[in-house]
Amino acid sequence: MDEKKDILILAIESSCDETAAAVVKNGREVLSNVISSQIALHTLYGGVVPEIASRKHIEKINQVIEAALAEAGVTLGEIDAVGVTYGPGLVGALLVGVAEAKAIAYAAKKPLVGVHHIEGHIAANYIEHKELEPPFLCLVVSGGHTHLVCVKDYGKFEIIGRTRDDAAGEAFDKVARAIGLGYPGGPKIDKVSKSGNPDAIAFPRAHVEDAPYDFSFSGVKSAVLNYINGCNMKGESWNQADIAASFQKAVTDVLVENAMHAVREYGIDKFAIAGGVASNSALRDAMKKACENKGVHFYYPSPIFCTDNAAMIGVAAYYEYLNGTRHGWELNAVPNLKLGER
Amino acid sequence: MRILALDSSGLVAGVAVVESEGEEEQTVAEYTVNYKKTHSQTLLPMLDEVVKMINLDLDEIDAIAVAGGPGSFTGLRIGSATAKGLGFALGKPLIHIPTLEGLAFNLWGTDQLVCPIMDARRGQVYTGIYEFKDGALKVLEDQMAVGIEELGGRLKEYGRPVIFLGDGVPVHRQALTEKIMAGCAVSFAPANMNRQRAASIGSLGIRYYLAGRTETAAAHQPDYLRVSQAERERAERERVASREHV
Repeated sequence: MDEKKDILILAIESSCDETAAAVVKNGREVLSNVISSQIALHTLYGGVVPEIASRKHIEKINQVIEAALAEAGVTLGEIDAVGVTYGPGLVGALLVGVAEAKAIAYAAKKPLVGVHHIEGHIAANYIEHKELEPPFLCLVVSGGHTHLVCVKDYGKFEIIGRTRDDAAGEAFDKVARAIGLGYPGGPKIDKVSKSGNPDAIAFPRAHVEDAPYDFSFSGVKSAVLNYINGCNMKGESWNQADIAASFQKAVTDVLVENAMHAVREYGIDKFAIAGGVASNSALRDAMKKACENKGVHFYYPSPIFCTDNAAMIGVAAYYEYLNGTRHGWELNAVPNLKLGER
Repeated sequence: MRILALDSSGLVAGVAVVESEGEEEQTVAEYTVNYKKTHSQTLLPMLDEVVKMINLDLDEIDAIAVAGGPGSFTGLRIGSATAKGLGFALGKPLIHIPTLEGLAFNLWGTDQLVCPIMDARRGQVYTGIYEFKDGALKVLEDQMAVGIEELGGRLKEYGRPVIFLGDGVPVHRQALTEKIMAGCAVSFAPANMNRQRAASIGSLGIRYYLAGRTETAAAHQPDYLRVSQAERERAERERVASREHV
């Protein structure tokens, strides 16, 4: 009998402000995970500037890819397929990775596998939890996305809840700016909250009528802004750490509540979180506790696999590759790509 | 020598393969499409078509020449990323051809001034002023982003007939003939040579290659001739702020 051959994926990710490449073996083993972050650059502008992000991607992309192959100790010839994020994200940023990946796959005569960015975030959970397999429920929370997803099988998803307005991470960024923490808001709020009282201020927990799994974060964001304005008008000082902690608690409460509601209704005893906000310590702790109370297995990636990276794209590309997904040379960036679309 | 040439700097998407042997050179294949479809969807399929048509083994090219800017920011990056990916995977060097030099080369041999103009929006054109001397393209004024009036002023100083070409012509033709260059000898290049041609990028690419003007795929990036809007506005804010502090 033939020995089972390893499958190596070269993955490329450039959907927002990280230029990233990785080599992943058999969908579960990360041989390299190289990320060139632009955060310092965008901090000057208080958020990601699409044109600057795109320019930085084209400047760095070859170095990042070369480093990923070198660290993995793999040549391009040994790669079985090239995976690339083709949506959703910033169109100009996505296009750099897509054009580069297509050209590499074409010249090296390798199959091309386009990957949905959120599918990548979900797949990040497979890296450190070798036993995790579908079906499971996953909460994807990042600066651009807030989705409650039922992962029915590899590459098969049902979105059961989503945000009606701001993404959770977006609300973190806006509140961070309002209380003088700056960009990126998520990690900064997480840090300062540790010295604040989460019950100091009662910010609203929004529920969407007739849609028990949907989210709305614009209300809590406005409540924070109103609270600050109110204090300023009355000439009262406000406590940055208390606002941060109370806001974080309000967001976390809703995320956990809707998640546990889904666990109950779907009767699935595996729950995962993914995306940049999944590295928020308060969310992790609250979700972990809630899952333990319900006897549900709780999974979460290390912070490095929560924020944008190419390893997660390599994992998702591997399962898409096994499912037979192949993209043609006309593959385009799709900034509003829907989960589960091909 | 065999050069693969790409141009997606403007509305035109172009792929060409240009060869030279001693004094002899020829275009083996050229594919030009000037149609509203995104370059992301067209460029690589066009290359694939060319490769199949002429049974090209990509390992046998010597370098990849690409129109490096100025142009549409996104279009430039699609061309650049494609060239960088090909260069990396094939282990071949890249040749960065300034877009306007490539356009000027379409009119090889004319004794008139050559002035390519690309619509750069915000009241400006991307342009340069060129001539052919001793069989070679000479840059009289390097590519730049300027107002069409200012360009007219510079051109008139030469007191020579001018041929205009490029996608800025439909935008500015009337102003040029009736006002800005009124009374001067101006003409406009015809359809076979008035837009980006990948064969010109390839042909110039041969000259660049022979002059040792290549770069690595990793080092290549487009030359936008302009900073991003966010950077421009930030610089403006800082300028105002520093003035207020004086």
